[in-house]
Amino acid sequence: MTLLIGSLTLGLILALLALGVYISFRIFDMPDITAEGSVTLGAAVAATLMVGGHGAVVSTIAATLAGMLAGALTGLLATKCRINKLLSGILVMTALYSVNLHVMGKSNVPLLNEITLATRAEQFGAALFGTSGDLSIAGWEVGVRDASMLLGVLLFIAFACVALYLFFRTNLGTAMRATGDNPQMIRALGVSVDMFIVFGLAMSNGLIALSGALIAQYQGFADVQMGIGIVVLGLASVIIGEALVGTRAVGMLLVGTVMGSVLFRLLVAIALRWGLNPNDLKLITAVFVFAALVMPTLIRRFRTTVPTPAKAA
Amino acid sequence: MLQIEGIHKTFNPGTVNEVRALQGVSLTLNQGSFLIIIGTNGSGKSTLLNAVAGSFIVDTGTINLADHDITKWPEHRRAKLIGRVFQNPFSGTAPTMSIAENLALAARRGKSRGLGWAVGRKGHAELRERVRTLNMGLEDRLDNAIGSLSGGQRQALTLLMASWLKPDLLLLDEHTAALDPKSAEQVIRLTHDIIARDKLTTLMVTHSMQQAVNLGDRIIMMHRGRILHDLQGSERARARPEDLLTRFEDIRRREQLDAPVAEMLQNFYV
Repeated sequence: MTLLIGSLTLGLILALLALGVYISFRIFDMPDITAEGSVTLGAAVAATLMVGGHGAVVSTIAATLAGMLAGALTGLLATKCRINKLLSGILVMTALYSVNLHVMGKSNVPLLNEITLATRAEQFGAALFGTSGDLSIAGWEVGVRDASMLLGVLLFIAFACVALYLFFRTNLGTAMRATGDNPQMIRALGVSVDMFIVFGLAMSNGLIALSGALIAQYQGFADVQMGIGIVVLGLASVIIGEALVGTRAVGMLLVGTVMGSVLFRLLVAIALRWGLNPNDLKLITAVFVFAALVMPTLIRRFRTTVPTPAKAA
Repeated sequence: MLQIEGIHKTFNPGTVNEVRALQGVSLTLNQGSFLIIIGTNGSGKSTLLNAVAGSFIVDTGTINLADHDITKWPEHRRAKLIGRVFQNPFSGTAPTMSIAENLALAARRGKSRGLGWAVGRKGHAELRERVRTLNMGLEDRLDNAIGSLSGGQRQALTLLMASWLKPDLLLLDEHTAALDPKSAEQVIRLTHDIIARDKLTTLMVTHSMQQAVNLGDRIIMMHRGRILHDLQGSERARARPEDLLTRFEDIRRREQLDAPVAEMLQNFYV
């Protein structure tokens, strides 16, 4: 049960990251590898500030802003300096590795005695359930700490999804979606595509850094290596999400991305439980994303080479 | 009013791929005038349109539109004054977004885009009314993705979007060339109605001589980056498709002489 709740919570936190990847990958059609640096940047900034005695909320907000800055930088390199989009991301990601080490001062910052958002959730849960021991939910013994963190994260993600959904229906948000959908058209309607790419990547990396800050508080430390492979993980969530909801409507895709992230995390937990070597995890994730990207093309090719009479209509 | 003064544009200068696309084009278009541009392939007619739209910055010359010197303006800034329909029906609309969202984007062409709702309830009613004028039954499908529509429907919507805010200049770049004859006819009729109703100043590129004589009040014929003929007033009124084709034939015949021979003949006979 603890394993289940743990993977649900982590899956929901990583859903923020997946939403960030959704913005860069699906809306702007740009695999933005800055994420690998900005997720760590978020964790590093939040952890360092908290160790320095700042409040958890302030630290988390600062982490988000730092991520936005990193994303905006990638956007500026890609638009104003006309550097290949993928390369812009790689440059910023590489630079962030050093920046993160400088922010933390060492490769790992533990959050043992600091009051984090996790601590806050725990206190809130203890007050809500009236106990700090174990709860019994439908016959399962659940630690109040685990339950309240899951609840807190769930509320947070629900809020983030609603906010994003509403944003994408405003004038600004529709223009942003159109920028990715058809840049030629939106330019002819008076929108600076460059500016929107910078803005969109800032938003994407802000979400990703926020996710990093929450991961650090959830697991109790920030580590300079924690960003490795995170883009592919986000892509996997987005792709699973699209398969789950099977539509292009924005609202459904946001929900799907969150579900994809949680489902993916659950699958990983089950696979590890069955004795999967943790070292193989990234390899398997990469193969999964590869398969998901190639499958539609393969299926289409298969269908066209083998003519089916039913298709004639 | 549009004033173009001696614009030049050379692509890939100094390389083997050098193309002198525009070689000193000057043109003044009065308020409410509807100009048709025809020309041979590679004559620079689309390039002229793109130069006005701001797809690139011209090498020399100036472009003035509605009392603004827009020569150095980036494309998205010019969009405040210019509505545009592309040759490719897929270029003018965002496929995964709904009809209503696309129109809402066009309704804020060149304006600031804030956090107000893109498609409010009040806006929705107005969208319905204006889409109904297309007579395509699209007013009941406002929430469908545009990608599910046919090329003709998309082009009609693009035309509606481009003219939504009554632009100071409407640019039509062979906007029916990629459509089937029936859709093309429908879009042309719509083009005529909208331009006549709103008295829009228009530049339209076309390959169809029939469209050239049926629409507009002035025709220019381009060749090799220059304006070769400019038919206005009574000359324009008398023009028939055959006359235009004869002029094309003249160009073709002249092309068959190489430059030294042409010069020699000119020295002898002119």
